[in-house]
Amino acid sequence: MIGRQPDENPAGIHLPLDPLPGHTSRGRLERVLRRGEFAVTTELNPPDSADPEDVYNRARIFDGWVDAINAVDASGANCHMSSVGICALLTRMGYAPIMQIACRDRNRIAIQGDVLGGAAMGVANMLCLTGDGVQAGDQPGAKPVFDLDCMSLLETCRIMRDNGKFLSGRKLTTPPQLFLGAAINPFAPPIDFRPYRLGKKIAAGAQFVQSQYCFDVPMFRTYMQKVRDLGYTDKCFILCGVGPLASAKTAKWIRSNVPGIHIPDQIVKRLEGAQDQKKEGKQLCIDIINEVKEIPGVSGVHVMAYRQEEYVAEIVDESGVLKGRRPWKREIRRDDQLVADRLDHILHDDLTETQVDMVKTAH
Amino acid sequence: MSDPQLMPVTTAQTGLTQATIVRKAAPKSDYKPADVSPQRRVQRSFAVRLWSVRHSRLLEWFYAKFADMFLLLHPLWKGIGYSRVEGPVKFVEKRVKGFMFDCRMCGQCILSSTGMSCPMNCPKQLRNGPCGGVRANGNCEVEPDMPCVWVKAWEGSRDMVHGDKIFDVQKPVDQSLRETSAWLRVTAQAAAARDAARNTTNTGASA
Repeated sequence: MIGRQPDENPAGIHLPLDPLPGHTSRGRLERVLRRGEFAVTTELNPPDSADPEDVYNRARIFDGWVDAINAVDASGANCHMSSVGICALLTRMGYAPIMQIACRDRNRIAIQGDVLGGAAMGVANMLCLTGDGVQAGDQPGAKPVFDLDCMSLLETCRIMRDNGKFLSGRKLTTPPQLFLGAAINPFAPPIDFRPYRLGKKIAAGAQFVQSQYCFDVPMFRTYMQKVRDLGYTDKCFILCGVGPLASAKTAKWIRSNVPGIHIPDQIVKRLEGAQDQKKEGKQLCIDIINEVKEIPGVSGVHVMAYRQEEYVAEIVDESGVLKGRRPWKREIRRDDQLVADRLDHILHDDLTETQVDMVKTAH
Repeated sequence: MSDPQLMPVTTAQTGLTQATIVRKAAPKSDYKPADVSPQRRVQRSFAVRLWSVRHSRLLEWFYAKFADMFLLLHPLWKGIGYSRVEGPVKFVEKRVKGFMFDCRMCGQCILSSTGMSCPMNCPKQLRNGPCGGVRANGNCEVEPDMPCVWVKAWEGSRDMVHGDKIFDVQKPVDQSLRETSAWLRVTAQAAAARDAARNTTNTGASA
C-alpha cells in the first residue's frame, strides 16, 4: 500500500536491512556498491553542540543525494561531537552513516568497545583511519595515543566480524556485521609505494576506500592504472575524494597548511582567473567528478564540501553521476502523514465536528 | 555555524581556525623548543639513522650472520639463564641500536621488514606506514624538518634482498614488551622453532 523505497527495512527505517548473500553488512552502502551503482558519499560537519537537531539539520541537506554520510572522528585533531554520537543519531533517522574511527584518541580497549557499540546502534559501515597528529588541532597539548594504526585497526575489526573475537581472543556472543573502509592518499610520497599500501589495507580487511581530495586527475589515473594492474579493483570499491574549493586563496592556504592535500598550480591559476571564484571552484569539482567517473575501477565519489555542504546536492546533480538514480531519502510515511494532517486539522483549524461528520470526511 | 556562506571565506582567507588562535594565544617565551613531538626530541640528528637506511642491504646481511651467531650461543644463554643475561644484552642492544637506528626499545624489532628504518621514530608510531600526511618533499607531517620514517623505509626496503617483507601487515605493538631485548626474544623463539622442527622430523623418521 505504502510506496517503499529501495534499501529500507519495512519494519522501520532505523532497523538494519535484511542480510543478503555475499554481503558482510546490513547497510545500504554495501548494497549500492555491490549492485554496481555509482555511489556518492559525503561528510557531515560535526557540530560543537549537544543538540541533536544540529546533526539532523546538517544531515537533511544531503537528503536524496548521497548513499552514505561520513561521521568524522575529531578530524584535524579538533574536538567536536563524537562520531559514535553522530552515528547513533543518524541511524535513528534511517540514514546510513560511515563511522570514522581514528587511532589518535583511543586505545585498543576503547576502540573495540566503540565498534561493538556502533554496530549495536545499526552502524553498518566503519572507516578505519590513523588520524591527524594532535599538533594540527586546537588542543596540541593532548596526549597522542596511536595505540593501533589504521592497518591493525582494520584487522581488529575484521577479526571481530569474521572470527567473532576480540583482539585478545575472547569470544563475542554476537559479532558486528560491518562493511569496512579505509582511506587512501595517492598524492603523497612515496608515490610508487601507495598502490601496494592499498594492497596491504585490502589484506587487512578494507572492502571500500575513500581517497584524499583529488585535484590532480592525471596522477590519480596513473595510480588507478597500477591498482588495476595489481588486481585490487576486484577486491575493493574505490571512491574518489572530491570537493569544491572556495577560492584561490583557500587553495593556497590548504596547500601550505594542510599536509597530504596536493593541489597543482594550474588549479590555483584556474581559480585565480575566474570572475566568481566560488562558482568556479564548484565547476572545477564537477569537472573533476566527470573525469574520475570514467576511470575504470572507480566505484563512486566521496564529496567533501567542508562548510559548503549546501553545494553537495548541486554538485551531485549537475555532474549527473547518479544517472537518474535517487538514493534513499527520509520521507514521512503516508499513514503517518495522514495522522499528522488530521491532528493539525483538529487542533489548529477552528471548527467543531460531530463524530458523524468525522466518519463522513474520513471516507 | 551562523552564516554558512560567509564562514569559509573568512576562516580560509585569514587562516584563522581555532587551532591558529590557540597557537597565537600561547604565552610568549624566549625559549621555544625546536621540535613538535616528544619522539623527535629524544633523538640526536638523524644522520646515522639515514646512513643505516642507505646501507640497508649490508645491515640485512650482517644481521642475518649476527642472528645466527646468537642462535648458536643459545645453549650458553640458556646455561647462564636468559633472565641473567638480559641486563647486559639489553645494555649493549639499547646503545648499539640506539646509535644506529634511534631505537625506541619497543622489544619487538621489525627493522628487517621496514628497510632498516625504525617505525617507532614516527611521531604517530605507525607500524604500517606511511600515513597520508607526508609532505610533498617527503618530510613528516608533524616534524617538517624530518624525513618521513616510512618514505625512508620504502627506499631502504628496495635495496634489501627480503625487502618485500614491507608488504606484510604488522601486528599492533605489544606495549608490555617495551624495554625488553628483542635480540634475546628472537633467539629464544628461533631456538624453540628449531627444536620443534627437529622433533617433528625425528618422530617422522622413527615412525
